[in-house]
Amino acid sequence: MKSLRILGLCAVLAMLAACGGEAGPDTTLNTLQRGLPSDPETLDHHKARSTQAAEVLRDLSEGLTGYTANGELIPAAAESWEISDDGLVYTFHLREGLRWSSGEALTAEHFAAGMRRLVSPATAAFYAQMIVDIENAAEIVAGEAAPDSLGVEAVDERTLVLRLARPTPYMLSLLTHPSTFPIHPGSIAAHGDGFARPGKLVSNGAYRLDAWVPGSVVALKRNEHYWNNAGTAVDGVNYHVIVQNNAELNRYRAGELHTTSTVPPDAFAQIREEYGDELRVAPYLGVYYYGYNLTKPPLKDNVALRAALSMAIDREQLASKIMGRGEAPAYSWVPPGVNNYEATTLSFAALSKEDREQGARTRYKEAGYGKENPLQIEVRYNTNDTNKKVAVAIQAMWREVLGVEATLINEEFQVLLTNMREAEVTQVFRSSWIGDYNDAHTFLSVLQGGSAANMPRYASEEYDGLMEAAASQVDPARRRLYLEEAERVMLSEHPTIPLYFFVSKHLVSPQVAGWGDNVLDYHYSQHLSLKAAE
Amino acid sequence: MVHAAPGGPFDDERVLPADVEANIAAAYHLDEPLPKQFVRYLGGLLQGDLGPSYRYRDYTVAELIGSAFPLSLKLGAIAMALALIIGVGTGTVAALRQGSLLDRVVMGFSMTGISIPVFVVAPVLVLLFAVKLQWLPAGWSGASGIGRYVLPVFTLALPQIAYIARLTRASMIDVLGRDFIRTARAQGLGTPTVVRVHALKPAMLPVLSYMGPAIAAILTGSVVVEEIFGIPGLGQFFVRGALNRDYTLVLGIVVFYATLIISLNLLVDILYGVIDPRVRYR
Repeated sequence: MKSLRILGLCAVLAMLAACGGEAGPDTTLNTLQRGLPSDPETLDHHKARSTQAAEVLRDLSEGLTGYTANGELIPAAAESWEISDDGLVYTFHLREGLRWSSGEALTAEHFAAGMRRLVSPATAAFYAQMIVDIENAAEIVAGEAAPDSLGVEAVDERTLVLRLARPTPYMLSLLTHPSTFPIHPGSIAAHGDGFARPGKLVSNGAYRLDAWVPGSVVALKRNEHYWNNAGTAVDGVNYHVIVQNNAELNRYRAGELHTTSTVPPDAFAQIREEYGDELRVAPYLGVYYYGYNLTKPPLKDNVALRAALSMAIDREQLASKIMGRGEAPAYSWVPPGVNNYEATTLSFAALSKEDREQGARTRYKEAGYGKENPLQIEVRYNTNDTNKKVAVAIQAMWREVLGVEATLINEEFQVLLTNMREAEVTQVFRSSWIGDYNDAHTFLSVLQGGSAANMPRYASEEYDGLMEAAASQVDPARRRLYLEEAERVMLSEHPTIPLYFFVSKHLVSPQVAGWGDNVLDYHYSQHLSLKAAE
Repeated sequence: MVHAAPGGPFDDERVLPADVEANIAAAYHLDEPLPKQFVRYLGGLLQGDLGPSYRYRDYTVAELIGSAFPLSLKLGAIAMALALIIGVGTGTVAALRQGSLLDRVVMGFSMTGISIPVFVVAPVLVLLFAVKLQWLPAGWSGASGIGRYVLPVFTLALPQIAYIARLTRASMIDVLGRDFIRTARAQGLGTPTVVRVHALKPAMLPVLSYMGPAIAAILTGSVVVEEIFGIPGLGQFFVRGALNRDYTLVLGIVVFYATLIISLNLLVDILYGVIDPRVRYR
């Protein structure tokens, strides 16, 4: 009997505990509820790396430049700037009366200190390479120079000068990245590296950090000291961490979210039918590709084979039937929509299906393969439904057109990454690249000789030479010609098979106004406003 | 062992330049040989320090466990309590009305409860109560107060209710047929008194033995439930930690769980002695 009483008591206690006064998130009317696919790994903008951390950080903090809802570059903390004729010196003029969320004045020195902290080896920042074009940045990252020697200087409280090691036409767009944002010196002094927590974090954006429950929600509140506070419509933003995209969809359906971070792939058609205009699909700065391991046979030194495999794939069918969520078939490496750039396309882009397949067979034969001695090849991809569907489709296309016997191997993401980096067992592997800034360079530099992201190990003196030539060009029009030529050279050697270009997909409630589609998929909360529910 | 899984906590499709990577490895001591890392970890562990999380870099592992465990515990405890109350209740009723329609309905439900996995029950409940009827929140962070406990707790408790109901019924039927119950009835006691005073306690023994596995089941079930409802509990951190190669977080949770399970087993053994007069410890 005693046991029953104990159990009963436990039950009652547990129930009482549940009723205890826990502070829930703010659900008041003028608070924006957004879905976030996982927690920011940190809100220290120099140490952050993921897109979800950057998304939150763009609300919390502000750089010298920013974007409109539609992705046009605009002045942010800087109201104007001058660029020297040789493209090497940038002089920024900050807005008058800039303040931190604590009310303290924000000066040019805080921007300079932020950039020095970014490249300092002690910070161990993932995005240290972001400002590698600034004088001495590379040496500082490598530990060969002191952080103080970085080419940034606060001339006075409102003037910041950046000296570059080489012309960097996309410098202004780099400065929209959270890793280049200023640092609040008082926070570092008081809390060391542990400043990025609720109650400690001092920021300079439209919002300040109010609460953060890891695994659940990041809550932001209006920053009264923000220079454009009057232009900020929404009082608070709750980023709900929802890992499963089906769970996110359900919460949108239940009216708990105003915007989602994505939509479940398998429910796409149904969602489009059900939600119509609430579903926002827009081109995104990313390419999904298959890479070749160019260090090992059979793909090493066999351009004909690489071309044949690429040509045999029906990208239209892949994009529209297998994916079918607005993705564009990829016939180039650099996606459409990139500023001041016209991507060259693979030579067979304009061919009819029959001609293309015939061409593939010719190249396949040229490479030394045929019906009697078909190519046997392994395709590695990380475990995921989409990757599997794509791999199965490509396996079938190769078999049908060329008679290639492809083996599909799915691996956990981290395993695939290790294999790709070692380039020992891989032959063909799935990967993707997402642009960091709106410039062709963010894509083309991937395949440069010394790039760590060059998974295929593409090595071409001609390509590297053209990239170097582009890097030293001040004139955007001439630089563009070099970049376009570099892509043409690279595509003709087929180090990768570009398959399709990504699209961003969000559900946006009709209550939300001000949402703009852009290739970077940046959606600043300060551009959004809420209409009263009907 | 955790390190045997390929890849590291900071690997990503976006590969880092060598200099940057070296700086990061140095900052997190990942450049040291494994034995040295192990000794460093053990040294910290002895002082109760589980280290910093690699994935949640603004938090320590101890902080994360400290905030997540009470929540998981609370959910688990409510679910367990619910399972016991409803399970024992329905099980007893079913045993008393053995073979009746009520018995069959209860057993039918419990069979369903056992058979349908949590990851099916949860989304169905969400669709019904949160999306269609809009009575309850679909996710943890979308509401405050008691409402957000209802669906996760019920989802967690359902299989346990079912299991405990079946156990109670079987054991109650067995006990009701014993001699001492006949004696009790012969003394003129009514059914409620017989059940309450004489039958319930011995009939609870199998249920008590099942508590260990039940707690384990609730712990594993909580992994799924926490992820579906977005509850910042220990189960979610464990799974995410393993997938992200957050060595310290995973190790920390394993150490924590191990300590917890050993303590719980000890507790159940001691409770056995309290309840069953035949078991005595010397």
